[in-house]
Amino acid sequence: MLNVKIRKQFRSDAAQPFVLDANVSFSPGFTVLFGPSGAGKSTLLDCIAGLQQPDSGEIRLGEKIFFDTAGNLSLPPQRRELAYVFQSLALFPHLSVEQNIRYGLEKFPGSEQTERANTVAKNFRIEKLLSCRPAELSGGEKQRVALARALATSPRVLLLDEPLTGLDSSLRRSILEDLHAWNGANRIPILYVTHNREEVDAIGERVVTLVNGRVQESGAPRAVLDAPRSVELAHAAGFENVLPAVVVEHRLADGVMRVSLDHAACEIEIPLGEAEPGSEVRVAIRAGDILIATEPPHFLSARNILPGTIVSLEKRGTMVAIQVKAGTLFQVHVTPGAVRALDLSPGLLVWLVIKTHSCHLVR
Amino acid sequence: MNAEALLLSLRLAATVSLFLLALALPLAYTISFFQWRGKFLVESVVALPLVLPPTVLGFYALVTMGPRGPLGKLWQSLFGHSLAFTFTGLVLASMLYSLPFAVQPLVASFESLDRRLLDASAVLGADRARTFLRIILPLAWPGVLTALVLSFAHTLGEFGVVLMVGGNLPGITRTVSIDIYDRVQSLDYAGAHQTALLLLLVSFVVLSIVYGVNRRVWSPWPAK
Repeated sequence: MLNVKIRKQFRSDAAQPFVLDANVSFSPGFTVLFGPSGAGKSTLLDCIAGLQQPDSGEIRLGEKIFFDTAGNLSLPPQRRELAYVFQSLALFPHLSVEQNIRYGLEKFPGSEQTERANTVAKNFRIEKLLSCRPAELSGGEKQRVALARALATSPRVLLLDEPLTGLDSSLRRSILEDLHAWNGANRIPILYVTHNREEVDAIGERVVTLVNGRVQESGAPRAVLDAPRSVELAHAAGFENVLPAVVVEHRLADGVMRVSLDHAACEIEIPLGEAEPGSEVRVAIRAGDILIATEPPHFLSARNILPGTIVSLEKRGTMVAIQVKAGTLFQVHVTPGAVRALDLSPGLLVWLVIKTHSCHLVR
Repeated sequence: MNAEALLLSLRLAATVSLFLLALALPLAYTISFFQWRGKFLVESVVALPLVLPPTVLGFYALVTMGPRGPLGKLWQSLFGHSLAFTFTGLVLASMLYSLPFAVQPLVASFESLDRRLLDASAVLGADRARTFLRIILPLAWPGVLTALVLSFAHTLGEFGVVLMVGGNLPGITRTVSIDIYDRVQSLDYAGAHQTALLLLLVSFVVLSIVYGVNRRVWSPWPAK
């Protein structure tokens, strides 16, 4: 178990200096560290690795103390026995793949260095690349080499800072499978930083969210990211609609409350949350969770049906982003097939259908 | 052409650039990788020879090394002879004079290194010395070469400092530039021209090497 309780303040010209204030524990296995960019994720990893010094606090791996202001102790990175894969990967450009891997194996005898390098090369399927220089490798190969170099040292903690950014999803999945296989045999805390929702779902045993330098929530990915409780997190988690709203009334018996959007332009029903009637809140709704109908829908369980008109349509890859003015402006994502079938076009009168539980109250 | 003067200049330039590299490497390392109070003072001192007239530098070097100067006295008590007007004295003064030409290329190449490579080295268990030898030096080698070549070329062409500290002793302190000056004074323009042209060619070749390397024309490492 890796226990981190640190505080670090950054001097800046801004009126409010950035403060990283984290109190969090990481058990063996994958923990995704999720948050918008600038939330302090990389700084947290740097502090754990010993590359940056917190102002105060304690970092401990089981009995081994990495950092402790009370005991005036800070182990240098060399003695923390951890591995860190940076976003830039930081492969040594002048060394071959094999030399890169063996760089961290100095403490082992020569024969064991060779054995470890060969084993890890096999596990990450880079045996054929051992004599290559990093510049000769593709993006995915570089990422495999960086992981292999990190894991060859048998670290007691693995820090991964967006190591798979920029890879297509099938390549990413295959590398993640190798990493999962490795983790099955060596149960250590693995901290995986990403702001990619897809990666969270692919890895997710547990997710810890960091917003503005503070740990906001931790738990299973679905519980944390599908019902974000802050505006920053809602944006980072991919909620396209984060709408200002005012609570109108509580309906305790139904477990819901009604809120009015955009200065009472329209009203919707959302799950009951901790907000008094009359208070200002925000409601987050995924664009993909909103249905569009071209006739008034009947006999539906969904409680929110809002008439509106289409403002614009924009094709983005395999989906179409539609803006609908229904009291306030909603972002709706549908498939190109749906656009054709319903003959959707700007100016068309439509009805938006939103399930109560697709609406999330955020602070 | 005075072969003795040319050989002396080459010997001086080679000695100075090697000793200077040994001095400049740790200096550039501390300037590049550590933050400390008063760093700007050291940086200013290193850069001083860029703006000072060589005669000013040579004058203070002479005063320091002379029989009544602190360094001169120390040298006298250790070795029994004065430091001024010797080859060693010339080497010391020239090192001071060429210091910025050795330190600044090193600082520039150290600072252009990706810091994450050094972080990666530390996390992989390498101490500072190993990181320096295995990562920093190999990656900063164009800077090292530039420092060597620039201090070599700069020392080869110096005049004012040599004249102040070394005087004009054939075979000991009479360098190429002083030889040229002497020949012009004695109206031997043909002899001066021969030597001057040689110096011009050597300088041009040396600078071509520096710029060639820094554009990575034949760099063995792949570009970043």
